[in-house]
Amino acid sequence: MKQGIKYTGTPSWEELESAPGRPSQQRLEKGPVAFIECVQEIPCNPCEKACPFQAITVASPITNLPRLNEEKCTGCGICIASCPGLAIFKIDLNYSPTTALVEFPYEYYPLPEEGEVVPCANRWGKFVAQGKVLKIKNPRTYDGTSTIAVEIPKAFYLDVRTICRKEDY
Amino acid sequence: MRITKHPILGEDCEIELVTIFVDGKPIQAKKGEPIAAALLAAGIRKFRITPKDKNPRGIFCGIGRCTDCIMTVNGQPNVRTCITPVEEGMIIESQIGLGKWSDKE
Amino acid sequence: MKEIQIAVIGAGPAGLAAAIELAKAQGNVTLFDENTKPGGQLFKQIHKFFGSSEHLAGTRGYNIGKQLLRETEKLGVNVILDAPVYAIYPDKTISYSHQNREQAIKAEKIILATGATENALAFPGSTLPGVMGAGAAQTMINVHRVLPGKKVLMIGSGNVGLIVSYQLLQAGADVVALIEAAPQIGGYGVHAAKIRRAGVPIYISHTIQKVMGKNEVVAAQIVQLDDNRQPIPGSEKILEVDTVCMAVGLSPLTELAWLMGCEFAYIPQLGGHIPKHNHNMETTVSGLYVAGDITGVEEASTAMEEGRLAGIACAQALGLYDQEKAHTLKKEIWNRLNTLRTGPFGKIRKFAKDELLKISREGTA
Ligand SMILES: Cc1cc2nc3c(=O)[nH]c(=O)nc-3n(C[C@H](O)[C@H](O)[C@H](O)COP(=O)(O)OP(=O)(O)OC[C@H]3O[C@@H](n4cnc5c(N)ncnc54)[C@H](O)[C@@H]3O)c2cc1C
Ligand code: SF4
Ligand code: SF4
Ligand code: FES
Repeated sequence: MKQGIKYTGTPSWEELESAPGRPSQQRLEKGPVAFIECVQEIPCNPCEKACPFQAITVASPITNLPRLNEEKCTGCGICIASCPGLAIFKIDLNYSPTTALVEFPYEYYPLPEEGEVVPCANRWGKFVAQGKVLKIKNPRTYDGTSTIAVEIPKAFYLDVRTICRKEDY
Repeated sequence: MRITKHPILGEDCEIELVTIFVDGKPIQAKKGEPIAAALLAAGIRKFRITPKDKNPRGIFCGIGRCTDCIMTVNGQPNVRTCITPVEEGMIIESQIGLGKWSDKE
Repeated sequence: MKEIQIAVIGAGPAGLAAAIELAKAQGNVTLFDENTKPGGQLFKQIHKFFGSSEHLAGTRGYNIGKQLLRETEKLGVNVILDAPVYAIYPDKTISYSHQNREQAIKAEKIILATGATENALAFPGSTLPGVMGAGAAQTMINVHRVLPGKKVLMIGSGNVGLIVSYQLLQAGADVVALIEAAPQIGGYGVHAAKIRRAGVPIYISHTIQKVMGKNEVVAAQIVQLDDNRQPIPGSEKILEVDTVCMAVGLSPLTELAWLMGCEFAYIPQLGGHIPKHNHNMETTVSGLYVAGDITGVEEASTAMEEGRLAGIACAQALGLYDQEKAHTLKKEIWNRLNTLRTGPFGKIRKFAKDELLKISREGTA
């Protein structure tokens, strides 16, 4: 089967690797950082405005892919809820010696509880690993979008992107 | 089925209810909602039988364009239920074929 | 008969934006809509919109609608709701019904912003209760808050199919699958990614063969298509679903423009027959303007810009703006429209829109 977001609805590794919103491996090692999985040129730019540190650039034309300035990015995670495509994640690769933190947008009911252990899924909705919910944010400014940070085994930081939705994951 | 809790729209706090009668059965409906929504909430999806082929029909467009959802309401046939708001005591009947005016003049 | 200066028909983003511009220019505008709530498509849209920050991107559709409404109220636009316009005549008499009464009003200028309507597909079982337009499902879940079914098959992978699938999931339904006859997904990848992440399979090169059930839908049969779009025998799959939603495209709602005798052009990329119009959004009938999805199915952002454009051009024609002022304002809008129409999705629309302008120019010269 053909790979790529146009065919499968999930970005392929090649697409993710060449996305200008992707932080380098060195940067990931250094601490929390945004991971922007926006790989298709669509007219969109709220992420650019949302970042208080000017770490995201779309510029003109508006269909440019968002570019992450990984030096400027503090990993604050504010951009996550601003993206209408729910395509921005935050990763803290070295959350602990054995675990990583992945923060993702979530717009379903009900929300889990902080401290709860939840089945985490990849971009295909398939179960990857159990994760512990560390923090849920949904201030008014997020306008209904919540962000959930989960702690997962380090090996899965590139896979875990949400909580399993289907009952038979 | 009603959506009482929603991640974006929040909790449904419109709770004023009215009673309508669908083929003789009383059903609780939310004040002001279209008849079709009240029926779907009660799990009723078959609204009528077509005149020629006797096929069942339900809603299709949901915005008053297609006339698939017509029923007999308070004796008047061919009422588009997707855009007609419920009223207390409304009598709604599945329409068979072209329907009949119940109050013959 | 009552006479008014400007009538705008359709209170979606295009009509609201046009009315706002005209009111800002001190025009006397009356806005008509058949619904009891203004906002058009926006009131069903509970997702955050794309577009640029100037177009309120990142704001949920229904909140964009509320903002536009507040502005029309502030500017004192006369809004007549529950008023389907069923005819307009060459002398610009508008017939509409309101409060169960037929009424007529005459306007100096008319802007048509009637939007688009959903297309349907026919297949065995397509009339069973439980088969419906994606728009109907969206209206039920987001406006009336009832689920039309629990297990849904979505047909069509354009943005409407993708977004309504996502919203069905949010409302608590299970979307069993989304199928697309073309060999690729039609809408934005990020929308597709949302439902894939929720575990919804997307089958490209697949179509529906039939829907089964006696009184309502109980299952649907899908099949894979080969490169010539022919069903591949043996690839049939039966899905247990109680609802089938169709999101197979929109067509501009142009009846009123036909009635007025506008010339049309056929542009499939924009949804079919489109009233010809110039850079001012004026049709081949003088004083009749169009804006939004009626001029080709696009987006709320482009609809608002086109509405503004029509509003300003109309204000200019009425002498409310001088040449220079109108020219500056219109130029800004064209610049924004052109940037919105870039990228792989926008490029196709820009090409089609340019083609339409060209045909219109040649046709009316
Ligand atoms: C599921 C879905 C998701 C979308 N997501 C996005 C998005 O993320 N970003 C984006 O930019 N766009 C999006 N859009 C597109 C956007 O909603 C439309 O392009 C936009 O609403 C078009 O605006 P309009 O004013 O031309 O038409 P509409 O919004 O359709 O408004 C037309 C109005 O005119 C009324 N009307 C029609 N005929 C008559 C008549 N004869 N008499 C009286 N009233 C009449 C209609 O009832 C309606 O209220 C989406 C659309 C859909 C369906
Ligand atoms: S994580 Fe914070 S600093 Fe980094 S891009 Fe997002 S908003 Fe900017
Ligand atoms: S807001 Fe999201 S979808 Fe839009 S450009 Fe930024 S990352 Fe892409
Ligand atoms: S469902 Fe189409 S008119 Fe009611």
